[in-house]
Order: sequence, then structure tokens, then C-alpha cells
Amino acid sequence: MSEAFCSWCGGAAGEGRHEACQRRRVLDPPRYCSRCARRMVVQVTPAGWTARCSAHGTTSSAMSDAPTA
Amino acid sequence: MTAAAERTAVEPGAGDILAVAREQVLDRGEGLTEQQVLEVLRLPDGRLEELLQLAHEVRMRWCGPEVEVEGIVSVKTGGCPEDCHFCSQSGRFPTPVRAAWLDIPGLVEAARQTAATGATEFCIVAAVRGPDRRLLSQVRAGIEAIRAAGIDIQIACSLGMLTQEQVDELVAMGVHRYNHNLETARSHFPSVVTTHSWEERWETLRMVREAGMEVCCGGIIGMGETVEQRAEFAAQLAELDPDEVPMNFLIPQPGTPYEDFEVVEGAEALRTVAAFRLAMPRTMLRFAGGRELTLGDLGAEKGMLGGINAIIVGNYLTNLGRPAQQDLDMLQDLRMPIKALNETL
Repeated sequence: MSEAFCSWCGGAAGEGRHEACQRRRVLDPPRYCSRCARRMVVQVTPAGWTARCSAHGTTSSAMSDAPTA
Repeated sequence: MTAAAERTAVEPGAGDILAVAREQVLDRGEGLTEQQVLEVLRLPDGRLEELLQLAHEVRMRWCGPEVEVEGIVSVKTGGCPEDCHFCSQSGRFPTPVRAAWLDIPGLVEAARQTAATGATEFCIVAAVRGPDRRLLSQVRAGIEAIRAAGIDIQIACSLGMLTQEQVDELVAMGVHRYNHNLETARSHFPSVVTTHSWEERWETLRMVREAGMEVCCGGIIGMGETVEQRAEFAAQLAELDPDEVPMNFLIPQPGTPYEDFEVVEGAEALRTVAAFRLAMPRTMLRFAGGRELTLGDLGAEKGMLGGINAIIVGNYLTNLGRPAQQDLDMLQDLRMPIKALNETL
């Protein structure tokens, strides 16, 4: 994991194990900013998602390699 | 004790339950009773294929081969005042879901994405106890914008508990179907939700039906209910006789009281799908949230061949589904035609 924080649980990427988080990320959009671990405002749509961090801006399924519908 | 732990061999009855179901449900179109559903839910894994085959025959006989495809979107996410223990959108639990509103262009785009899959239904959902003026205004503006954009799709809503005035307002907007899940058996509901009652939900459903909207009502399997309560739930839904029953399987959500619940086993989920089909031979039975986690790709196909005749494609409200094209390919492989819009009008 290259991010500083896990986008599913918000924990430090370098601490603990995040294999289970990565499995759940197939079914969930990111909930935490991978740069600062802030909770993001997430909108899921039928074919994608967007996630906005108040400090680091918006990311989306179109910008990510995460699986989306 | 969980449903899985309670399942035992079939109790002696008036004959083999699948033979009884073949005559009663398949031949005569009369759904199984609560006690009969319980017998089905207690069938051993060794009879699962036989059960699924019968449920499929019942679906084909009384519903036909078409599959209704639907997309859903959350227009108002999170911050809900209710305490539904399964839900990541409750403001009462420390979940990672933050409140969000979808704007009108976003709603129109979501409808466009849904229609592009061949879906005939688009359901606008909000995490609320019931709609306030702001939400109803947003929904009205969204529906008008979807129509103005020329998107050819039927619109359903799921906005919580309604007053009669709100029911009438939705009818006037052209909402043709309303979703309001009873979620679980009446006897189990108080351990799932404490901020409102099962009876309050039932009252909304009664008003919806009387106003002429189609009734969509289902629930979630895997919330600690017993097999007896699953049978009870099937019987209560059969009594309601909804046009559509969405079947969800619990996705344990972090921060909710159910975050550590076990995911329903695939065989258990399929047995429940088939049992619900045998309880409601003519109802549209829809695969909804949690199937990806509980059943995986192979299990989804088995469900489509085990009583299901409708499907939500694409993403859900806060969780992601598998790619819509994957489901459309599955339906093509199974030679199940997608229900066309002109058949539903």
C-alpha cells in the first residue's frame, strides 16, 4: 500500500494488517482520505463514486483504479 | 441461536415438503404457509438443488422468463435519525459514512447511467425517517429534470415513512412504485430498530397501496433472526402481497451494532430465496444488496435459477455492486430477457 492511510478503515497504512480492508474495498468506496485519514463525503452512483476530502479535494472512481460498477 | 445453527432435518409432516410445494405452488399457484416455509428452510443442503429447481419452475410458471432490471441512487446519504442497527447511514452510530446530498444534475446523470443498462426502473432513495419539504422539493425537481432530459425510465422512490399528504404528492409527481422495507419479521423488528415500529412501516405501505402506487417491500436476511422468524417474515410479506420483494443479505457495516455479524452462508441465502419464492409465487423477487458478498458470481447465477426474477444492477446506496455489464452478460448467458419498458406500462 503506497498511501499513508488505509482508505477503508482510516488506520495508518504502515501499521497493522489491511488485507481485510482491501477485500472490503471491492464492495465499498473509499471512506477515509489516504493522505490525511479525514472522513470523506462520499456519493455513490449507479456507475461510480466520488469522495471529497475537505483538505485534499475530490477523487472519483473515474480517477481511481478501484473496482467500480 | 442463529438460523444456521437451528437448521435440522425435516420434521415429520403431511408428506415431503417439496412434493407438497410442487402440487400446491407450482400447479395451483398457492404460496406456502409459514409452517411450510419453515419446513423448506430446514431442508438439508443435500436437497438444495432440488429446491432451487422447483423455485425456478415456479418463477417461470407464474412470472415468466423476463427479468426486471433496476438501478438505485441515494439522493440524501447519512445523518439519519433512526437507529436501524444494520445501517451505516444512521447518525446514531460511529460509522465512516458522512452526510451528502446529490444535486439535480447528479440525479439526472444517475438516471441516465441506469437507463443505459436497459433498466426500466430507477429508484431515488433517501436516508430519512420520512421526507421533509426540502427533500420532497428535491425529488420533484429531480423527476422533472429526468423527464425533461428525455430519459425513458420509470421512477420509484424510497423516502421513509409517509403521511397521506406525502403519498398523494408522490402520486402526483408520477412516482409509480414506492419502496419501504419491513426489513425483518415483526417479532424480530424491535431488536433491529427501536426508533419506530414495524406497524408504522406497515401503515405507510397500506397508504401507498391504497393510493395506487406499486408496493415494493422486502428486507435483509442475516440480522440474527431465527429460521422461524425467516418463515414468519415470508408469511408476513405474503400477507402484504407486494408487487416486488427486494432481498438483501446483511453486509456488516463498520461502526454499526451488526459490524461483527457473520455473513450469511451461500447455501443459506439460496435456500431463503427459494423459500420466499415458494411463499410468493407471483411476486417480483429482486436480488438486492449483499449478494456479491454472500453469494459471489456463481451464487448469483444459482439465485437467478432459483426463484429470483429481478435484479439491481450497478452500485447500491453506500456499497459498490459488481459491474452492471457483468450482470447483463449473466442474464444473456442464462437466456433470460430483460423486461422491456413497454411491457411495464
